[in-house]
Amino acid sequence: MSQQKEPLFQAETSRHDKKRPLVKNCIKAFVVGGIICTIGQLVTVLLIIYFPFTEQTAGNPTVSIMVFLSMLLTGFGLYNKLGQFAGAGSAVPVTGFGNAVVSAAIEHRSEGLVLGVGGNIFKLAGSVIVYGVVSAFFLALIKTLLIQWGVL
Amino acid sequence: MWMMFFWAFIVGGLICVIGQIMMDAFKLTPAHTLSTLVVAGALLEAFDLYEPLIDFAGAGATVPITSFGNALLHGAMAEAEKHGVIGVMTGMFEVTSSGISAAIIFGFIGALIFKPKTN
Repeated sequence: MSQQKEPLFQAETSRHDKKRPLVKNCIKAFVVGGIICTIGQLVTVLLIIYFPFTEQTAGNPTVSIMVFLSMLLTGFGLYNKLGQFAGAGSAVPVTGFGNAVVSAAIEHRSEGLVLGVGGNIFKLAGSVIVYGVVSAFFLALIKTLLIQWGVL
Repeated sequence: MWMMFFWAFIVGGLICVIGQIMMDAFKLTPAHTLSTLVVAGALLEAFDLYEPLIDFAGAGATVPITSFGNALLHGAMAEAEKHGVIGVMTGMFEVTSSGISAAIIFGFIGALIFKPKTN
């Protein structure tokens, strides 16, 4: 009896399981992600016009300013609302990285400045740094050795 | 210059769509998605494909998290050309330091001035 019940139960739950509207989510992510990058482009252009940056060097200060804007939006609770609407559109740009750092810092403030803020600031964003550094390390090592051995 | 805004929107949006597909269709958590994208950015730069994308799309390529992997590898390689294998270590954060520093500093300031939101 219970064996018969099992697939029926699964069919019933999957029928009620909310389907993720993939196309709709992708359009939202595209528009919001695109707008964030366009704002980034505006910051880049302003840096080139008003400060001594070139198109090659303007990328770094742009990232810093985007992280700063992300801190303000996160602090006022607006970035979470944007994230619920945009999904990856707000998570993939560097503002999402900033949001992960800032929200972890704010959330753990009550545990103290050292153990709370200091210990948890990279709780969410740490994996991005770890996998970025590890992959970049091995790729750079392989490439450097290949260049030294004259393969590349 | 105005075309750069258009391409920043298109390319930045498309990278976010790739992230959304990884989250929805392959059921990856945001942390898995972002980590994969960072590794993908480093891999693209290993084959010298990411810098041309930046020249083409500007912030559309520098703002998504993929540029973090690219920048790490870029810094490591630039230093490795001068100092050999040791340079891979010393140059790793050369380009990315501004992003990491900004995240730490603004994260700390944010924790001091903002209260946690419950919702």
